[in-house]
Amino acid sequence: MTDSTASTESTDTPRMLTPVLTRRWLSPRSWSIQTYEQLEGYQALRDVLTGGSGGGRDRNPRGTTGNTGRDGDGPVHPDRLIQLIKDSGLRGRGGAGFPTGMKWSFIPQGSTGAGAKPHYLVINADEGEPGTCKDIPLMMADPHSLIEGCIITSYAIRANFCAIYIRGEALHPIRRVQAAVREAYDAGYLGKNILGSGFDLDIVVHAGAGAYICGEETALLDSLEGRRGQPRLKPPFPATAGLYAAPTVVNNVETIASVPAIVTGGSDWFRAMGTEKSPGPKIYSLSGHVERPGQYEAPLGVTLRELLEMAGGMKDGIPLKFWTPGGSSTPLFTADHLDVPLDFEGAVAAGSMLGTTALMIFNETVSVPWAVMKWTEFYKHESCGKCTPCREGCYWLVQILERMVAGEGTESDIETMVDVCDNILGRSFCALGDGATSPITSAVKYFRQEFLDLCKVQPSVPRTEQLDDLVGAKA
Amino acid sequence: MTLTQDSGSDTRPVPEGHVRLTIDGIEVDAPKGEILIRTCERLGIIVPRFCDHPLLDPAGACRQCLVEVEMGGRPMPKPQASCTMTVADGMVVKTQHTSEVADKAQQGVMELLLINHPLDCPICDKGGECPLQNQAMSNGRADSRFIEHKRTFPKPLAISTQVLLDRERCVLCQRCTRFSEEIAGDPFIELLERGSNQQVGVAEDTPFQSYFSGNTIQICPVGALTSAAYRFRSRPFDLESTPSVCEHCSSGCAQRNDTRRGRVLRRLAGNDPEVNEEWNCDRGRFAFRYLTSKDRVLRPMVRGADGQLAEASWTEALRVAAEGLLAARDGDYPEDAEGRHAAPADAPKGVGVLAGGRLTTEDAYAYAKFARLAAGTNDVDFRVGAQSAEELEFLAKHVIGTSPETGGLTFTELESAPAALCVALDPEEESSVVFLRLRKAMRKHGLAVFHLGQWTTPSVAKTEGTLIPAVPGTEPEALAGLGSDVLDLLGQDGAAILVGGRASEVPGLFAAVSELAGRTGARVAWIPPRAGDRGALDAGAVPTLLPGGRSVTDAAARAVVATAWGVDELPAEPGRDTSGILAAAAAGELAGLVVGGLDPNDLPDPELALAGLRGARFVVSLELQASAVTELADVVLPVAPDINREGSYLNWEGRRRDFGITLREPGMLPDCRVLDTLAVEMDVDLFTQTPGVAGAELGRLGLVGAARPTGAVTAAARERERPADGQAVLATWRQLLDVASLAVDEPHLAGTARAPEARLNQATAARLGLVEGEPAVVATERGAISLPLRLADLPDGVVWLPANSPGSQVRVTLGAGHGDPVTVTAGGN
Repeated sequence: MTDSTASTESTDTPRMLTPVLTRRWLSPRSWSIQTYEQLEGYQALRDVLTGGSGGGRDRNPRGTTGNTGRDGDGPVHPDRLIQLIKDSGLRGRGGAGFPTGMKWSFIPQGSTGAGAKPHYLVINADEGEPGTCKDIPLMMADPHSLIEGCIITSYAIRANFCAIYIRGEALHPIRRVQAAVREAYDAGYLGKNILGSGFDLDIVVHAGAGAYICGEETALLDSLEGRRGQPRLKPPFPATAGLYAAPTVVNNVETIASVPAIVTGGSDWFRAMGTEKSPGPKIYSLSGHVERPGQYEAPLGVTLRELLEMAGGMKDGIPLKFWTPGGSSTPLFTADHLDVPLDFEGAVAAGSMLGTTALMIFNETVSVPWAVMKWTEFYKHESCGKCTPCREGCYWLVQILERMVAGEGTESDIETMVDVCDNILGRSFCALGDGATSPITSAVKYFRQEFLDLCKVQPSVPRTEQLDDLVGAKA
Repeated sequence: MTLTQDSGSDTRPVPEGHVRLTIDGIEVDAPKGEILIRTCERLGIIVPRFCDHPLLDPAGACRQCLVEVEMGGRPMPKPQASCTMTVADGMVVKTQHTSEVADKAQQGVMELLLINHPLDCPICDKGGECPLQNQAMSNGRADSRFIEHKRTFPKPLAISTQVLLDRERCVLCQRCTRFSEEIAGDPFIELLERGSNQQVGVAEDTPFQSYFSGNTIQICPVGALTSAAYRFRSRPFDLESTPSVCEHCSSGCAQRNDTRRGRVLRRLAGNDPEVNEEWNCDRGRFAFRYLTSKDRVLRPMVRGADGQLAEASWTEALRVAAEGLLAARDGDYPEDAEGRHAAPADAPKGVGVLAGGRLTTEDAYAYAKFARLAAGTNDVDFRVGAQSAEELEFLAKHVIGTSPETGGLTFTELESAPAALCVALDPEEESSVVFLRLRKAMRKHGLAVFHLGQWTTPSVAKTEGTLIPAVPGTEPEALAGLGSDVLDLLGQDGAAILVGGRASEVPGLFAAVSELAGRTGARVAWIPPRAGDRGALDAGAVPTLLPGGRSVTDAAARAVVATAWGVDELPAEPGRDTSGILAAAAAGELAGLVVGGLDPNDLPDPELALAGLRGARFVVSLELQASAVTELADVVLPVAPDINREGSYLNWEGRRRDFGITLREPGMLPDCRVLDTLAVEMDVDLFTQTPGVAGAELGRLGLVGAARPTGAVTAAARERERPADGQAVLATWRQLLDVASLAVDEPHLAGTARAPEARLNQATAARLGLVEGEPAVVATERGAISLPLRLADLPDGVVWLPANSPGSQVRVTLGAGHGDPVTVTAGGN
């Protein structure tokens, strides 16, 4: 991992970096509970559950004011925590950017009706979006920040059970998080009566079986219940009927790992980073043709130009051709978009989406149709099969693209492809189908000529071998 | 539904519990929670769909039903699936008729559905009645732009012996898997793989062994699921369809007979929301090959001097039958060839009539009337299983005359009941459509189901029911000692007790049910095993009751019937029941027997039945197919199966289930016509020439009404044999798919039967040295049955056997029944 998340004191670190989630990553044995505790780990939890004994605002390393969720001694009321997260403006880091505090507040509370059912917290660690590489390094380098976030979040939403659903292929992170959960149990941060607060929480680390669709929250819940992972009909939403039909919060790893820092730093501190509507820091995963690919934690709203600066520029100086702002499911950008602010609003305004801030960067040596074909092959492989447009559409699109890349496309194939995309986008059951169309439609939008150039090698008259095929018909 | 088509909007208030929305410019009020596609249907706007089915939970999988929706004046950004969206106030909906977006979305989905669909419509079973074909025509493009390779699979795949899967045709709407999981509770089929490789499949070692699998073939919107029996036999447009009623059990499911060139090629479930909704069981659907079995009796037969049955003309057969019956009735036997009287003066007299339970109400009425007028006796009984006076008393007090019109329990009421108690009834095995309704009620309304039985059968599990275990024979005590939780639930308004016909095997059980119903106020329904049982009861084919539930000992009631029948008087002495009649014949006390569709093996003691048939001097058998009765009969008269006759059954609700003739077959006469002609030969007029006439007369007689007896049912005497040391108590009932005579000649169906297994609990098995999976031998003095052992949660010392399955015909082999002691030993050597 060539990341640039060394301490802020480092002189060669560009000013744009804001290491919050990544600040411990380069510490020795950063994943151990000892390192974590030495670096303020589990202090936010102590503050929440025991009222910040001997701490409180004064212990705030950043001296920040504003809502820290605490107003004195004694445990923090869960509702105040939810309000804190609302005030911080934290938005979901899994791609959709839904306000996290609002999501938590949808969980029915009380002793009657849906509120009387057990509540669950489920962590979506099924990181599978092409190009995305933030949750897995986070779980590898700093699993306890996730666990501490899980405990605080569970306390806030009144859950006593939390499941961390990790992508099955990611064996190392699974083991690391499992080990961290064991450490947390041993240290009394998990189990019964945590830190003497009377709050109980169990965390289960669940390994998925390697299906992209299980990153969709309702498919993830079905998979977690032992069923076939396919998205559920909504409503009901997980907040009212999620895991085992009980109120459930499903959040991304990065989102929940942000929670302890917000509890410690307060909402004003958090809002000091990023933009008005997209506050806070974000891990940008740069991959592809850059000098120093890796994870760069910067405030939301940073531009690719700035990120490239930090990453040492394009690899070997070959110019940028196209890139994705947030994984392959977000419409791609070109060199014209170097200054688009990479926050939720900026990416949308420029015609794409922030997604998972997985920046796949391609230089001029890469064929756009080829890259789009590879992505589409991924979607065809990962389409869950539940709904017609995605299942059949991806099957069709792959064949068209493979044919085009093989030089056997026609101009009308481009129109067919775009029209098939139109028949998938917004017609599918979940967002997987929508995502599958993004690379194609955006590629045709910006690089239509490349597709046409591929067609040029296709003669306008039937090739001889095709004529051979037709001999029987003529006879 | 109200709708206005004028441009101005409706100013009337929206009815309570409704919302007002606009669909294609038409304002409509719809009940809250209604799914949009149904509201469209009510307006006559048909939105194309595949996965949607009104009886299945919404899935939203096929995306064919996309429409444009505007909420609060703002159009939703994407077209919405109308099969999953519920109506809302102020919603504005544009279907394909008024929205280009919706139309293009539908055409797009249709094109995508077709890219991998084979173009084999001309040889596909579904072609001609195929929703995909039809909707591709109405809502698809004329041609496809798909020039790539289609996905292929090996086919067909036999997912059971009777259901074959063509994965290429499948559009993955999940109707079949959802039906199996939701409706039947048999999730044997499931989606496998993903993306374009997604397919329906079964686990390697578990075929699609559901009693309801045929429904998936019927609701499949393409030709992906086909039946082994019908595959490639016909095209839908060559079939003639006739509505019919199932003859296999007492639920009276609506069905459809599809025939071609004089043969039934398939049967489908009919749509009757009050009874079977749109479902039926595989037995009802597939067990019709008996119609063409080689054992069918098609011509009258008379036993000649050589002792062999030989075909005869109707005239001759009826004459011989009439002469024989007259002689038997009067004990006036003709002189034999040598001029001697064939019988001494004290020769037996009298004719008994065994009607059997497969009759239509009209035919049963003819048997009842034939017995009283032609045979001059009340010795008539339709009952086949164990019979008791207690049963008759129970039926008279709780069952006769009940119907949906007179406030009897119905399927619909069962669905909304708070609690149901099944007594001597394993619903899935013995009344499978009742089981479906119980399961639906459990899923939709939280019905609490209690099963008084011996082990946690699939019925118990799939209704999420509570087993109330009882050693066979002690069921009455179990009912008397029910816990207060059960009693509280049964005391709630609408609670129901379902009593199976085999309750008669346990003395005191009917009385206990009657007492429990009185104590809790729960409603009682009697669910007999056969289609004709209930009608035969009401038609008076029982020894103590005349038509309409009139007691034979009630002079006034007798007079009413006598007047209607145009005779001076009717026999006043209560008759004997089926076993009594056969015992009398065996003992030489009864000379003649008229036997309807009756299988001696169904009787409590098949040997006694055969002894009775042999003992009678003259036996007339009215039969569909050669049987143990026809083998011993002097005259065999063929009767029409349901497809060749018309009539009606009374189902267990007391609901009249009329059906007409599917195939007209000259010479195939219903029982009532045969009996009428036979009576004429005996110089008696029955006036039952046609089912219509017979039914009309029965209708005019009506019910006894207020004169219906009330009060406690007297429990029959209890003299159970206590199992001796080393013995077990037998529990037994039949399975849906077994060796029933109407299920012959259908190996595909038989292949989906549950494997016959003996069941014992762990402790008993251990005590007897039995091992699960190994053979266990259940024996009486008469014989032994060896079946593989399966452990189950039976009470200690109780062994369960399927009553009439291959290798396990309990009555015939053991001569024992439910509650009798048997020995159980390890099989093999």
